[in-house]
Amino acid sequence: MIRTEEMMLNVGPQHPSTHGVFRLVIKVDGETIKEATPVIGYLHRGTEKLAEDLQYTQIIPYTDRMDYLSAMTNNYVICHAVETMMGLELPDHAEYLRVLAMELGRVASHLVWFGTYLLDIGAVSPFLYAFREREAIINLLNELSGGRLTFNYMRVGGVKWDAPDGWIDKVRDFVPYMREQLEGYHDLVTGNEIFLNRVKGIGRYTKEDALQYSLSGANLRCTGIEWDLRKHEPYSIYDRFDFDVITAEEGDAWSRYQCRMGEIEESLRIIEQAVEQIPNDGQYMAKVPRIIKAPKGEAFVRIESPRGEIGCYIASEGKKEPYRLKFRRPSFYNLQILPKLLEGENMANLITILGGVDIVLGEVDG
Amino acid sequence: MSDEKDLEKKKAAAAAKARAEALRKKKEKEAEDQTTPENSEASEEQKEVSPEDTSKKDVAEDADLAKKKAAAAAKAKAAALAKQKRKQEEASESEDQPAEDGELAKKKAAAAAKAKAAALARQKRKQAEADSDAEAEDEKAKAAAKAKAAAAAKAKAAAAAKKKREGSVDDEAAADDEKAKAVAAAKAKAAAAKAKKKAGGKKKEESNEEEKPSPNQPVLDKYVKVIKEHLGEDVFEETYINRLSKHVPTLVAKRDTYYIIAQFLKFNDQLGFDYLSELHGTDFETHMEVYVHLFSLRNKQSVALKVKINRNQPEIESLVGLWKGANWPECEAYDLFGIKFLNHPDLKRILLGEDWVGHPMRKDYEPHDVEV
Repeated sequence: MIRTEEMMLNVGPQHPSTHGVFRLVIKVDGETIKEATPVIGYLHRGTEKLAEDLQYTQIIPYTDRMDYLSAMTNNYVICHAVETMMGLELPDHAEYLRVLAMELGRVASHLVWFGTYLLDIGAVSPFLYAFREREAIINLLNELSGGRLTFNYMRVGGVKWDAPDGWIDKVRDFVPYMREQLEGYHDLVTGNEIFLNRVKGIGRYTKEDALQYSLSGANLRCTGIEWDLRKHEPYSIYDRFDFDVITAEEGDAWSRYQCRMGEIEESLRIIEQAVEQIPNDGQYMAKVPRIIKAPKGEAFVRIESPRGEIGCYIASEGKKEPYRLKFRRPSFYNLQILPKLLEGENMANLITILGGVDIVLGEVDG
Repeated sequence: MSDEKDLEKKKAAAAAKARAEALRKKKEKEAEDQTTPENSEASEEQKEVSPEDTSKKDVAEDADLAKKKAAAAAKAKAAALAKQKRKQEEASESEDQPAEDGELAKKKAAAAAKAKAAALARQKRKQAEADSDAEAEDEKAKAAAKAKAAAAAKAKAAAAAKKKREGSVDDEAAADDEKAKAVAAAKAKAAAAKAKKKAGGKKKEESNEEEKPSPNQPVLDKYVKVIKEHLGEDVFEETYINRLSKHVPTLVAKRDTYYIIAQFLKFNDQLGFDYLSELHGTDFETHMEVYVHLFSLRNKQSVALKVKINRNQPEIESLVGLWKGANWPECEAYDLFGIKFLNHPDLKRILLGEDWVGHPMRKDYEPHDVEV
């Protein structure tokens, strides 16, 4: 009889499939994972501590660097928190620009996930296609904000500047192009038998687990829970758009894939409506004092980022700087379920499961 | 004092100028003589209304008075109007300037106490604006309109009065005018000072009191009622609606009742808070606070649960037994604030690592570096 023993295996922190610096200490018995312990903090930059010495506008660039794949939603959440406290009403034009920027960001973020996820599990070409389309979005956002990843575009009371001439038309043209490409993705990947075998039934959890572990975003909706803050606790102007909340029933990696791909389509629908509705008055900023001060008190707001529920808590003493700033970072919460998912799994499924959670380490570590 | 002297000088100069102007234009004005009685009546009306209104619309009235005075002190007629307009333009520009803030406003207020009524009015406008833009704008618009009308009326009335007395008692009239102005100025100052106080603190409270009850008030009442029925009357330190935070019902638990309230919130059929949205600590220097944001998918309702704990011995029950999602956030709070969560399955320094010295988010944190 062959003698076997448990072996400790270190994954990361520099491993391509972690998409950042994430370490996983696992105990394996043969091919089976007995125990997995995530080790995080390699990218902790103390944003919240730094923010206590910064004015609200100065904090915005730091938020770009949390979830660097969808910086627009991060920009939005802090502006939204301060605006909520100040009771600011934004001009429509600014709201539409924000929504367009955020939804384009959501599509770009899901494209990165789609490309890298398939790369992780062995399909190289989807990555190239996905990044080609993502590049088109990055160019649009670059034109809008002057940045490719760290946009620093939103301000308390509006956005930094108006969209350049012709930008709205470019966005309008992008939607049918993206839809066409999306069909290509489905032809290439969605029906692929190898892919289906790799993801179906893998990393499955139930509704109850999803709620217990405070999962959000596609990780929550893949279990059949219909919960999207854009729809159910509408912020900004999301109540003006007609879109569906995509859910799936199985709670496995395949369901998460379906949810995210569906969300790209829904985001395109929102963009399509927004470019038609956007008022052409060029009012991109509400009337705000030059020095932003949140009134004394505290507030917690949450919005839907591509990764889930991103929240911002501000405790203010009525000064220029927050007394305490806290971000509820969805990747940080979503990653908690990983040890449970990996336990008893086959080694080969490790990357499928980890990739399916869709984490961004800048956000996990804060 | 020097300001007042300055003011007197300016007034004297302005009065002299006005007299000269009035003399020069005397003949031109004859045609307008028919209209002046009306105008002076209007001006009187204006004056009568002012004291009555003070209780309600101090802000508007002060601006009104101040502007009247400023206008009268400036020039007699058309010149006064022109200047008035210019001032209004300036005012609307200054409104675009940063509405600044508490500190600056206070400093300015102190200075303004001695300064001219005009400065006071502008100052007050700024402050009022900081409080509520819309209201201030509205009032300012009204005040501006009134002031404009009043300035025109008064200027005309003054010109008419002067004309009548001009021949013999020219100087006397001017002196009277001066006195009247001084009285008006004093009144304006006092009223402005009062209004300033109001605009500063009272106004916000008032507007809050006037606000209609929060849409979430019944929800909060329900939570409190259900919890008190089951857990006893004396479980909360405080319960309120946090208006700044999208009207979220907020329950402040006592240190001892924190866990049982959390447990009740989760398992009670009527409440059913099955989702922990957020958990974090905050160092308020007098105490530590743990903030938990819970959500009920069934009822689509949020609640904020808070607990204050001793800063020197920060310990509190862990919620991991109720919501597994509280695991890492509690580790984070332990790491950054040193809050110990009792019965936590694996409380570790999740972000900084076990060899880190101190808890950086505490307000009294001193960075520790072995090499320094």
